[in-house]
Amino acid sequence: MNAQAPPRPELDVVLAFADDELVLGWRDSEWTGVAPFLEEDVAFSSIAQGEIGHARALYELAAGELGTDADALAFDRSPGEYRCAPLVELRLVRDWARTIARHWLYETADAVRVAALMESGWPELAGLAAKMDREETYHRMHARMWADRLRASAERERFEAAVEELWPAALGLLEGQQRARLCELVGREPVEPVGRDEHTDELAPLWEEMTMVRRSIPGATW
Amino acid sequence: MIWEVFRQEREGQPFQHGGSIEAPNREFAEAYAIELYGRRAESVALWIVPRDEVREVQEPYVADVFDRDYRRVDGYSLKTRLKEARERAGAAPA
Amino acid sequence: MLERLNEEELRAHVQKGGQVEAGDPMPETYRKALVKFIEMHGNSELMGVLPEREWILRAPTLQRKLALTAKVQDEVGHAQLIYRVVEDLGKPREACLDDLVAGKTKFHNVFHYPTKTWGDVGVIAWLVDAAAIISQKALLKCSYAPYARIMKKICWEESFHILHGRDVVLAMMTGTDEQRELVQEAVDRWWGPLMQFHGNPIPAEDDPMFQWRIKSQANEDARQQFLDGYVPQIRELGLTIPDPALVKDEETGVWSYTEPDWDELKHVVTGHGPATERRLGLRRASREETAWVRRAILADAA
Repeated sequence: MNAQAPPRPELDVVLAFADDELVLGWRDSEWTGVAPFLEEDVAFSSIAQGEIGHARALYELAAGELGTDADALAFDRSPGEYRCAPLVELRLVRDWARTIARHWLYETADAVRVAALMESGWPELAGLAAKMDREETYHRMHARMWADRLRASAERERFEAAVEELWPAALGLLEGQQRARLCELVGREPVEPVGRDEHTDELAPLWEEMTMVRRSIPGATW
Repeated sequence: MIWEVFRQEREGQPFQHGGSIEAPNREFAEAYAIELYGRRAESVALWIVPRDEVREVQEPYVADVFDRDYRRVDGYSLKTRLKEARERAGAAPA
Repeated sequence: MLERLNEEELRAHVQKGGQVEAGDPMPETYRKALVKFIEMHGNSELMGVLPEREWILRAPTLQRKLALTAKVQDEVGHAQLIYRVVEDLGKPREACLDDLVAGKTKFHNVFHYPTKTWGDVGVIAWLVDAAAIISQKALLKCSYAPYARIMKKICWEESFHILHGRDVVLAMMTGTDEQRELVQEAVDRWWGPLMQFHGNPIPAEDDPMFQWRIKSQANEDARQQFLDGYVPQIRELGLTIPDPALVKDEETGVWSYTEPDWDELKHVVTGHGPATERRLGLRRASREETAWVRRAILADAA
């Protein structure tokens, strides 16, 4: 057995994280061309690209350990094999209030998750987490900017209701102590989390569309 | 609100007008300026200014009525004098 | 800053290569021509997003997903730049979008057609973008300086789009037979709209956009440039072009081809393309659903 191999739980964390970023990036891409106004369309598209880029880096890290490649991990598994959390599976387009609520909750949770990974004993993972953290600064700023603005606007009810609705799923992104930290940052009491043990029924149709070209000619190079 | 974006392409270069964006406040304007004028690493620095704060000054300086060649390079023709001075120096004992 | 010129004087000024700056006084006919032309460009960039965005979601590799997202993002960014110029000429962005979804203003023919396969993704990014870039490069010399300046940024950003398109096509042409068929089938479907893209060959003297030097290239010149550049590239991959009459006269350098259906072009750009209503419907619906955001965010200035 390879003494350098990362412990299996860390590999699971990497895959779950990669799946979260891929699926959220996919959901965020659904806003391309239909965001509330053009400047925001461009900004949100960068966020989607960031997420997919992070997914790619995480898949590459895992692929190295598993003897496969990033695209195979991203696209060639069956829906049941993905480890993404319910929060990212939800189709929220074209509801901007819920989209921003998810964006803000996810970025806050991500900050906690990434901070923990930066302490990982697996050096490549720690290094990757540090790079992600740097890019996430922009994502966090963007989410906070929107959350603040919506809260200060005539539509604060809509936004707060969305946060309330998505809060259990946001907690479900994280495990153990990290959840307590998220409660602190978001300023909410813990509730029964909606965790990763079960996928929503929104994942299957997403997977269908996401993989339709790839599955149309198996083994092809694109 | 419309904001004008000025961008510096490389360090040390002057800031040039890049374009304009619509944003509700400075925080959004910064985010959008970064996106539209920096996402491809095409600017090393950006300035954002509310459009209302930018004034066009028309006819920047009215000073072409009387001749002011004394402060331009073409106001100085040294050729003749220089020739004379050289000739004098050539004729004088070394 | 230009003094107030009448139509004839302005025409002479621009035809000598002179430019008009933001805020310069201008005859109403020139301003209206600018708004019409530039607004249609903005509409086209925005509507161009819709055929491609579905394929971001279906991209078969992570690299293709990222590249396509970035390409489409650029196009939205271009719409932002272009509508800002129109707004500064006096027509607010919201009015442009209102007119677009109401079917009152036009956008380029190619964005009225459906995309059917991944083959379309490659062909559009390679050939449709190529046709567009030819027109865009000519606009760098537009008499209206603010528009000419954004064209510089647009052309710079477009530089990777064609490469991406060609890479997608090449991956398929060096792949399986099925993949090669996807590309050929896409070329067969897109050739007609591509040949119509640059518009019918009106002579420059009869084209007001050319008289004002808003455009600096005649429609037929743009088409010839496209054929010169891209027919060899298409044929060298073993693809066939569905026009048996397409041939270059080696002496004159002029391409002849089957006359495109100009009635079809007119029919399509006046809002009757196969995908027009569905796409305008999507724009309309998403605009209505996000109207509250614009009211809440853009209306109150901080």
